[in-house]
Amino acid sequence: MFFDRRFRLKRNGNVEIKIAEDERQLLSSLIEQLRELVLSTAPEGAVDPSLRRLYPAAYANDDQHEVEYQRSMRDQLLERRLSHLDAVETTLNDSELNQETLNYWIMSINDLRLVLGTHLDVSEEDEPNFLDDDDPQQHQSAIYHYLSHLLGELVEVANN
Amino acid sequence: MLIPLTQVHSQSETEVETAPVLTEDDDPTASTDEDVPWIVLVWNDPINLMSYVTHVLQKLFGYSTEKATQLMLDVHNKGRAVVSNGTREKAELDVFRLHEYGLWATMQKDS
Repeated sequence: MFFDRRFRLKRNGNVEIKIAEDERQLLSSLIEQLRELVLSTAPEGAVDPSLRRLYPAAYANDDQHEVEYQRSMRDQLLERRLSHLDAVETTLNDSELNQETLNYWIMSINDLRLVLGTHLDVSEEDEPNFLDDDDPQQHQSAIYHYLSHLLGELVEVANN
Repeated sequence: MLIPLTQVHSQSETEVETAPVLTEDDDPTASTDEDVPWIVLVWNDPINLMSYVTHVLQKLFGYSTEKATQLMLDVHNKGRAVVSNGTREKAELDVFRLHEYGLWATMQKDS
């Protein structure tokens, strides 16, 4: 069962999803947590450290333009993220996704990885970094690797 | 002859104050802030999957699999790659779209 293709491109261009109920519940819970975290950050205030990868600087060496950019774009970026999360949440129990919705799944799952990966301080060398059972981050690390696997599968089917 | 020369001289002196504006307007090669082409860079990061970066570059810029893969490998191996360029407005839009996808993108003037 585990080795079955969980995402399959259909002739009509949609993607069939076969993921277990507990995976859907996990995703639902993670998406809800991410929404709360994203909303907890004031538009111009300091960004929660684990969210910093969601709002990178645009201007590498131009403070004045950077301030303007963040002032005009930060809220738009926030709104886009929330609308992607909404789209995933409403289709979480569907057995089939169209390409547009598949793209929202991909973006939101990557957002989750960015936040978790930043929180876990993932580095290049860490790749399969499985922690001891008694490590408090073990659970988060397992989720991070699960999401990486899931994203890889979704990207593969999206490229078909 | 002496008088016209003096007049020209004094004229040019009185124009000194407005000269910068006139020069910029009249000279088609004068570069303003908006004219300088900007480049958009994607930086290596330990979180984004290689397949995901390739996917995003194809999706956003319509690059072939080969080109997107090469850019992704440049990001991975050299630490960064120029993924697009253009006016400041276009570069800002590209950076925004890359940020929407969670890629670590910045923009700067091409030098």
